[in-house]
Amino acid sequence: MTPAPRFSLGGGALKDAGLSALVALGLFGAMLGLQTEAAPGGLFLVPRPGLLAAAVLAVFVGRLAWLALLSRRPAVGYVANRRLAEGLRRSGRYVAPALLAFAVLLPLLVGRYGIDVGILVLTYVMLGWGLNIVVGLAGLLDLGYVAFYAVGAYSYALLAQTFGLGFWTCLPLAGILAALWGVLLGFPVLRLRGDYLAIVTLAFGEIIRVVLLNSASITGGPNGISGIPRPTLFGLRFSADGGPGTFSGFFGLEYSQTHRVAFLYYVILGLALLTNWVTLRLRRVALGRAWEALREDEVACRSLGINVTVTKLTAFAIGAGFGGLAGAFFATRAAFISPESFTFFESAIVLAIVVLGGLGSQLGVALAALVMIGGLEAFRDLQDYRLLIFGSAMVLTMVLRPRGLVSGRTPSVALGTRREISAELVAEGRG
Amino acid sequence: MAYALQQLINGVTLGMIYGLIAVGYTMVYGIIGMINFAHGDVFMIGAFLSLIALTALSGLGITSVPLALALTLVFAAGIASLYGWTVERLAYRPLRGSFRLAPLISAIGMSIVLQAFAQISQGARVKVIAPQIPGGVQIMNMDGFAVQMTWMQMVIIITTLIVLGIFTWLVTATPLGRSMRACEQDRKMAGLLGIDTDRTISLTFVIGAALAAVAGLLFLLYYGVIDFFIGFIAGVKAFTAAVLGGIGSLPGAVLGGLAIGLIETFWSAYFSVQYKDVAAFSVLIIVLIFMPTGLLGRADVEKV
Repeated sequence: MTPAPRFSLGGGALKDAGLSALVALGLFGAMLGLQTEAAPGGLFLVPRPGLLAAAVLAVFVGRLAWLALLSRRPAVGYVANRRLAEGLRRSGRYVAPALLAFAVLLPLLVGRYGIDVGILVLTYVMLGWGLNIVVGLAGLLDLGYVAFYAVGAYSYALLAQTFGLGFWTCLPLAGILAALWGVLLGFPVLRLRGDYLAIVTLAFGEIIRVVLLNSASITGGPNGISGIPRPTLFGLRFSADGGPGTFSGFFGLEYSQTHRVAFLYYVILGLALLTNWVTLRLRRVALGRAWEALREDEVACRSLGINVTVTKLTAFAIGAGFGGLAGAFFATRAAFISPESFTFFESAIVLAIVVLGGLGSQLGVALAALVMIGGLEAFRDLQDYRLLIFGSAMVLTMVLRPRGLVSGRTPSVALGTRREISAELVAEGRG
Repeated sequence: MAYALQQLINGVTLGMIYGLIAVGYTMVYGIIGMINFAHGDVFMIGAFLSLIALTALSGLGITSVPLALALTLVFAAGIASLYGWTVERLAYRPLRGSFRLAPLISAIGMSIVLQAFAQISQGARVKVIAPQIPGGVQIMNMDGFAVQMTWMQMVIIITTLIVLGIFTWLVTATPLGRSMRACEQDRKMAGLLGIDTDRTISLTFVIGAALAAVAGLLFLLYYGVIDFFIGFIAGVKAFTAAVLGGIGSLPGAVLGGLAIGLIETFWSAYFSVQYKDVAAFSVLIIVLIFMPTGLLGRADVEKV
């Protein structure tokens, strides 16, 4: 690999940055420079030359800075990536337990808001781990994962409202129902590959959302379902009346809302860890190995006698099942659900978490969820700009680390010691 | 009968718009095998650019509607091409040769960026524009039901046909089209034979974006209402159309667009408006079950 030329503020860099600024002027000229405003007689335009100039200047300076940065950074190649993977493997041994300990202790360390954010992050960690089974392990691109999340949420809400069942009874039912929907979706798409699969799953997600939106007599339509019951701890309710049937009354504690929130936090932590545990165990048995083999090469799988149908369907069903569990939790936490919570954007975020985390890596998915959802929360004050930053961060992460944050691969089964290798070396170039 | 004819006219108009967007999806898919999720948002940007240009032109006192529309078309297609080029350059080119899902996530990120950009720069509220081409012509009158084709619909259909005609000529009869088709068949071999593949791919994005901008202008004129979110819905529909027609096939994209437009319109007319998307998507799933490569797609022969 040739060393990058030293950076100098010479004609080359300036010309390059100037060209970028020119392109930016073309891009932003109309969109930023002219704002359409509604007026009684129709639309009129408000010129914003200052904003336009600032944006173009920002692009110019940004491009110069990028060029300067690029010339300093050694070209990231195969060797550097391997070193990185090695480093991550070493630290990975400590990062995972440290994260787990932090997650367990979190409710003691932070206040109400912190726990709420923790619940949100863990919900996405769980969704990420669930989708990881489908996309990361079995290599089936699913753009409609939110459908199963919705099925789980609505299953719990409807079962609880219609039959008065409690959260813990409904939780497995919601998971099973979502898994059934997974199989239902799985059947027609078995013959499809790659991107055809992607659009069908996307379509499926949209169908579920539109149906939820329009069957108002059952699902409440756009108004959603409210008053979904909260979970109990072995029958103890979390309410303020302080009777013997409540958590605070039973333990003789003063009632505090934090108890309920912390309890919810531990519920989702448990569910997420369950997902992780099941995934890790499944990777060891024949089924999990078949998933990974399927991801690497479907033709080879067929010729080796692996039942591709069963393998794909189980991946869909198990992934969907965990999505359903997360959905039921979402319903009970928010106590209110509506189709608005189950848009394609959610599917995209979960898929991004899986890919940004490094396909198939459990730790990577958790880290990516923490960074992305935590980041979205941290930038809440920026309102519209936060999506701009969020999207840019997605592009930038992919450009800099196309294999995700944790881009190492440890073989599930190996002769002798298991060694982690960089994902660049794995053939899974096509998904 | 008359009612059905009317729906046919409406459906074809809508289908033409979908077809124009779908061509962009299918071209990019054919040449680099990725779903360009940001394409729908380039369409949305095209609609906004058209809105700005139309408003500016009327502010400048250009009253001739054909002239204003022609200038707007050129402007929107030109700037949207720049968007297409930039998106490819920033988000996809660095990922060429990377694994399959990386450009997809990058594209989703880019789609979010473009949506947020439009929302911030032009506001979140819907933009309404006065009808530019009012009136129409009555084709027939049957049992008191007048079948009407508005001038607007005619403009949409004729513009689309002209644009698609130019596009077909570009792909089949020019050196650029030849290198595009060569890259589609075998990018590595095309590179070895002296085709600048990076440039060809860039131009593919540019052409796709220009077509999407034309669709954006037509959408704006037809419905008169846009907001920053139209790109997603239209994008998903157009992508569905591209897959339905057989992704990678250019005539397939237009055929798929027409099919989706007709299904939606007829379903809305005879059954329920709410479920028109479900109808379109269900047809997609059913077609794919029986024809896994779409209507006009080639069967993928996998070599081992």
